[in-house]
Amino acid sequence: MNWQGWAEIALTLGLAVAIGWPLGVYMSRVWNGERTWLDPVMRPVERFFYAACGVDAKKNQTWWSYAGALLAFNLFGFLFVYAVLRLQGVLPLNPQGFPGLSEHLSFNTAISFVTNTNWQSYGGETTMSTLSQMLVLTTQNFVSAATGATVAAALARAFTANRGEGVGNFWADLVRTTLYVLLPISFVVAVLLVALGLPQTLSAGVIAHTMEGAEQKISLYAVASQEAIKMLGINGGGVFNVNSAHPFENPTPLTNLITAISINVLGWAAFFAFGRSVLAKKDVRALVLAAAVLLFAGAATIYATETMTPPAQQAAGVETAVNMEGKEVRFGAPATAAWAAATTGASNGSVNGMHSSLMPLGGGMAMFLMHLGEILPGGIGSGIAVMVVMAILSVFVAGLMVGRTPEYLGKKIEAREVQLSILAVLAIPVATLGFSAIAAVLPEALKGLMHSGPHGMSEILYAYTSATANNGSAFAGLTANAPWWDATLGVAMALGRFLPIVAILAMAGSLVAKPKLAPSAGTLPTHGGLFVGLLVGVILILGGLQFFPALALGPIVEHFQVLAVTDGH
Amino acid sequence: MLSHLRPAIVSSVLFMGLLGLAYPLAVTGVAQAAFPAQANGSLVKDAKGTVIGSSLIAQGFAKPEYLHPRPSAAGNGYDASASSGSNMGPLNDKLIEREKTDAAALRVENPGVAIPADAVTTSASGLDPDVSPANARFQAPRVAKARGVPVGEVLAVIDAHTKAPLLGFIGQPAVNVLAVNRALDARFPKDG
Repeated sequence: MNWQGWAEIALTLGLAVAIGWPLGVYMSRVWNGERTWLDPVMRPVERFFYAACGVDAKKNQTWWSYAGALLAFNLFGFLFVYAVLRLQGVLPLNPQGFPGLSEHLSFNTAISFVTNTNWQSYGGETTMSTLSQMLVLTTQNFVSAATGATVAAALARAFTANRGEGVGNFWADLVRTTLYVLLPISFVVAVLLVALGLPQTLSAGVIAHTMEGAEQKISLYAVASQEAIKMLGINGGGVFNVNSAHPFENPTPLTNLITAISINVLGWAAFFAFGRSVLAKKDVRALVLAAAVLLFAGAATIYATETMTPPAQQAAGVETAVNMEGKEVRFGAPATAAWAAATTGASNGSVNGMHSSLMPLGGGMAMFLMHLGEILPGGIGSGIAVMVVMAILSVFVAGLMVGRTPEYLGKKIEAREVQLSILAVLAIPVATLGFSAIAAVLPEALKGLMHSGPHGMSEILYAYTSATANNGSAFAGLTANAPWWDATLGVAMALGRFLPIVAILAMAGSLVAKPKLAPSAGTLPTHGGLFVGLLVGVILILGGLQFFPALALGPIVEHFQVLAVTDGH
Repeated sequence: MLSHLRPAIVSSVLFMGLLGLAYPLAVTGVAQAAFPAQANGSLVKDAKGTVIGSSLIAQGFAKPEYLHPRPSAAGNGYDASASSGSNMGPLNDKLIEREKTDAAALRVENPGVAIPADAVTTSASGLDPDVSPANARFQAPRVAKARGVPVGEVLAVIDAHTKAPLLGFIGQPAVNVLAVNRALDARFPKDG
C-alpha cells in the first residue's frame, strides 16, 4: 500500500459524490417537472411519448396504480427481451451468426436486465449478436435504471405532501428520467469513451495476422454506447465476458477513472435529488455521510487484502507485494479495490478484475457490501429508497428506547411503515440464504462449481447474494448457464427487485396521506453525528449479523487457511 | 390494471427504437466520423496495410527475440473472441502448480533476478496488452541475446515505451508489449 494508491481510491470515490451533488439538483428538477435547459429538445419527444401511450402525465396516481404501471411496464420489458434473445438467430444485425439463446438462458438474461441486475450466465462475445446487445440489452440498461429512479421520486412526494393522495405519475417519472437525465449524459460519456479508445462499430470484428504469423480473431461491437449507460445506469452487464477488465471496455487508467466514477455518480445524485425534493438537505447529507464512510471502509479493506501475500506467488517464489492473479497491469491493486467496492456498494456489478481471484477477505468484503442492501449509494433511486427504509428503522429503534412515536422528515412512523420496511429489507436475506442453503446440498447445483471447500461455498453465496441484491457481479468460476442456476437466480433477481419496490411504494402510499409535522422538542434530530452513528449501526446489524454465519463458512475460513500456508505474512 | 397495458407496450416499443437503435447508431455515426481509429478497435497495420493486431489487445508472442505478454486464460490463450480470467481462488492447487512451473522456467532464463508477479499470473481479461516495467526489464537480457544486441539498447526501447501513471497516481506504470516488439523490429531489423 502506498500514498498513490490511497489517493487514487479517495479521488475515485470522492469525485462521484462531488459530481453527484449538482446532478442531483438537476434530477430533482426533472422529477418535479420544473423547467430544464433541455426542454427545447426533449419536451416535444416527451409529449410524443405520452400521446402515443395514451397517458395523462399530470394524473396523480395512487400507490397501487403507480406500482401496477411499474409492474406492467417491467413485464412487457421482460417479454420483449425474452423474445428477441430466443429469435436472435433469425433477426438482422447478427454479423456474428450466433443462434438464438436457450429457454433458460433467455429467461435468466431477460429478468437480469429488466431488474437492473445484469447478472450474465453467458460470455457476451461468444453469445450475443450486435442487435441483441443494442436493441434489448442497451434499452433495458436505460429503462431499468429509470424504473429504480421512479421509486425514489414517488417516495420523495410521500414525504413532501401534507395529507396528500397520490405519489405522482409513473409514466412521467419513467419518461422524464430517461429523456432528461440518462440519455443526454450517456451520449456525452459514450462519445468521450470512443475518443479514449473504446470501439463503436456494427462490424463483428477482424482477423489479425500477428507478428509471429498466427491468426487472431478480434471481436468488436458498438461498445461505447452500451458501456456509458452500463455504468451510469448502475447496470453492470458487460459487452464482453470479462466486463470492464476487457481492454476494449476499459483501455486506460483514465477510462477506468471515468467509468468508475460513473458507477456511483447517479446513485449519489438520487440521494441529493431526494434531499432537495423533500426539503431535507441536511438529513440527506447525514445519509450520504453514513454511506460514504461504509463505502470507503470497504474499499480500504479490499486494498489491504490485495496487498497481502498470495499463497501461489509465495510458493512460486515470485514478488508478493500485490495479488496479481485476475488483475490487469494498468489497474493494479488500488484501482481494482476502488472498483470492487464501488461496484458492490452500488448495485452495479461490473468488474475490472476477477472477484473470484481476490484474496478471501477481499471477495468477502465485496459480498458484505451487497449484503448491506445496495445502499452505498445503491442503484439510481432504489439506493436512496432502501436507505430511507434503514433511516426509518433507525428512528424506530431510537423511538423504542425513549418511548416516543418516531418521526422521520416530518412524518409519523407507525406500525404499517415499520412492517413494510422490514418486508423491504427481508428479501435479500431470505432469498440469498434460502437458495444458498438448497444449492449447497443439491448435486445438480454443485456440478456448476469450479472450486470445492470454502471457495466453492463462496461461489454459491456470491451468486445468490449478487442476484438478490440486483448487483450482477460474480465469482465467475461458477458455470451458471444450466437450468438450475438460470432458473433459481432468475427467481432470486425478481424477488430481490420487486418485493422491496412494492413494499416501498406501499409505504409511500401510507406516508403520503399523513399530515406533515413541524419538528418539536421531542423529535429525534436526523442530521447529526448521533443519528449517523445509529444508522451505521442499524445497517451493519441488519446486513452484517444475518450473513455472518454464511460468510464464516466461505471467505472467513478461507482467510485462515491462507494465513496457515503463508505463515501470517 | 388493463389501463396500463397500452402504455406498457407502446412505451416499450418506443424506448427500443430510441434507446436501442437511434442512440447506439447516433454514437456510431459520431464515432466513425470523428474517431475512426478508436471506433474500429485501435488496429495496428504493417507497411503493406495488413492488420497485425490491436494496440489494446495482447497477442501470444513466444519467440525469444520478442517481449512476452502475461499468461492468458482467454480461450486457448490470447483468444480475442473469448476473453476470460482464470477465476481461480487464492488456494487453488492448479494455480499454485502453474505459477511454480512458470516461475521455474523464468528462473532458468534469468537466474538470480526477482521474478515480477505479473509474469506468472493470468490477467483478468486474458488480453492484457501490458506488462509491468519490472517484467519487461526482466525479459530484456533474453531479447538482447536473441537479437545479438547490447542489453542497454533493449532497455532503452522499453523505457521509451513505459507509460507513467496519470498525474503520478492514477493507474499503474505499464509497458505495451506490441508497441515494444514493433519498435524492436524497427530498431534492429532481422537479417535478410
